[in-house]
Amino acid sequence: MTAYAIDVEHLSKSFRGKRVIADLSLRVAEGEVCGFLGGNGSGKTTTMRLLCGLLLPDGGRGTCLGIDLLTGADEIRRQVGYMTQRFSLYGDLTVAENLDFVARLHGVRDRSAMIREAVERAGLGGYLHQLAEELSGGWKQRLALAAAVLHKPRLLLLDEPTAGVDAKARREFWDLIHEFASEGMTVLVSTHYMDEAERCARVIYLAGGHLVVQGTAAEVVAQAHITVIEAVGGAVETAAPRLRHQPGIETATVFGRALRVTGSDGATLRAAIAAAGVGAFDWREVEPRLDDVFIHMLNNPPAGISYGEEG
Amino acid sequence: MRLFAWQRFRAMIGKEARQLRRDRGMVALTLVLPMIQLFLFGYAINMNPRHLPTALVSADHSRYERDIVTALENTKYFDIHLYPTEQAAEEALRRWDVMFIIDIPPNFERDVLHGASPSILIDADGSDPTAIGNATAAVTALGANVLARDLPPDPRLRPAQAAYQTILHARYNPEQITALNIVPALIAVVLTFSTLVSTAMAITREREMGTMENLLVLPIQPAEVLLGKILPYVALGYLQVSLVLSIAVLVFGVPVAGSLTLLLGAIGLFIACNLALGFVISSLARTQRQAMQMAQFVFLPSMLLSGFLFPFRGMPVWAQVIGDVLPITHMLRIARGVLLKGNGWPEIAPDVWPMAAFGLAIGALAVLTYRRTLD
Repeated sequence: MTAYAIDVEHLSKSFRGKRVIADLSLRVAEGEVCGFLGGNGSGKTTTMRLLCGLLLPDGGRGTCLGIDLLTGADEIRRQVGYMTQRFSLYGDLTVAENLDFVARLHGVRDRSAMIREAVERAGLGGYLHQLAEELSGGWKQRLALAAAVLHKPRLLLLDEPTAGVDAKARREFWDLIHEFASEGMTVLVSTHYMDEAERCARVIYLAGGHLVVQGTAAEVVAQAHITVIEAVGGAVETAAPRLRHQPGIETATVFGRALRVTGSDGATLRAAIAAAGVGAFDWREVEPRLDDVFIHMLNNPPAGISYGEEG
Repeated sequence: MRLFAWQRFRAMIGKEARQLRRDRGMVALTLVLPMIQLFLFGYAINMNPRHLPTALVSADHSRYERDIVTALENTKYFDIHLYPTEQAAEEALRRWDVMFIIDIPPNFERDVLHGASPSILIDADGSDPTAIGNATAAVTALGANVLARDLPPDPRLRPAQAAYQTILHARYNPEQITALNIVPALIAVVLTFSTLVSTAMAITREREMGTMENLLVLPIQPAEVLLGKILPYVALGYLQVSLVLSIAVLVFGVPVAGSLTLLLGAIGLFIACNLALGFVISSLARTQRQAMQMAQFVFLPSMLLSGFLFPFRGMPVWAQVIGDVLPITHMLRIARGVLLKGNGWPEIAPDVWPMAAFGLAIGALAVLTYRRTLD
């Protein structure tokens, strides 16, 4: 039997009558790095807050690390590390003081050794006595991560940890995430970056509070049944808007000198392109990427589900 | 670019007006606060309090005594209650039960008739000079004709000089220096401002800064947050008290007639009350500004209805009831009582219990309103 770090069923949550999470069932296996994707307001943050006891669900049930979500909030707090989307440590305390405070609240044994280890891993050594508010975005995120793993949680919830962080820092941050995972920590990490999604063992895609798809990146792409064709040329900018409104074409996006067009199948696509009359391009079929898939899903919601502007 | 463009100017006005309209707390503050102020100043505050409780200790129950009592009551300044002994009246004065003691000496009637011009001693509670000011003036104005009706009709039998004399004695503050009334009370006022505001901000600040989200996910219990946040401010409060007290004694010459330890103990309770109240505010307010606005609604009655600036006895009953709920009212009495009157535990106890009850009730409310989730 596989052990699930997260195992919830039919979760729902509304704020002032506005449904943010609807009938969400979710399973994340222990030791997995799971990417949590979805547009703004799709319910990612709310789901994380439900999982760590910051919010009480209106309906549904489930367990986090085998602890009941509804009754075991205190115990879950002790075993989960949560890194908030917005920096939530104390700006007027130093790096060391922040870590010491968090370690004390967790009742971490051998505090100084644990802090030293966390500092070393996050590479915060040079900033120990700097006020947290003076750190740059990337370092703030490292501090927040160090604080979230101080007590060696079994489950780590990271809410857009790399938003607004430069590419190098992002890559290093993800190296750290994998390091923790290799030690047995389960990680649920939300992101808007597709390269980060591809570094996850599994991705879960949320829209309008519903789970749209989950699986490995390859599975998700394979399930989607979309075709992507690409052409390179000089006139892609003028061609794109005309293709976009052509029936049979879902998206037409310019990437530099390349024009990427998606649709449900190749024959329809080529017919639609011909009908649009945008001139001669050398079209060739390419592998769909995760973002192609997600946009396709947003445009073609399953019956009975609307991905309206929510939460 | 023009130096002043009508369109830009209008855009700015429009934006401000829109933001102002959406700031409900601000609207409440600018509309409701003046209303409260109007009613408090208009109805509750009375700089010329009448019907002040007065103890009568009489060693000579005679018609002249009755004449004097009637005359005093007719001034409307005095509500006279009979006290059996000097001691009982004395105690009542210290407990704030009465504000005056009228002492009719033995053989009063005989001495009046013999022309000995006996003295009636009136002890006034000088710890509140404003409250007793007009009443004492009224006593002086009574004059000799009070007894006229009951004096022998035959002018030859009437005393040659004034039938009796009144000796007025402002106790605890013989020179009726206002500072002696205000300065001890400032301890309570300063503490109200500092401790209430600092805790009112405490949780709200965490919420506004976003640090609350992290704190909530950490394994810490509400009582730990509450006490842990409060205690440093208690220390700060005591620092303020020692500063204010030192200046009060050294610069303003405020006496320390009672036990300083007792006063500091009572102050501890008072600080706790304020912090608990601040905590409730900070649980309810979403932003620091809202917290400040809510605190305003506590400050106003604290200043006006507590007896700090205006005589407590002069207020109508409803205002006294509100005043009695507020811990500052009791703290004022304790501070003035201990410092000026030398009150001990038996005298301050009636003011300690209401504070303790307030602290407990609000403390419980603070724990209840503390939300462990972001809901």
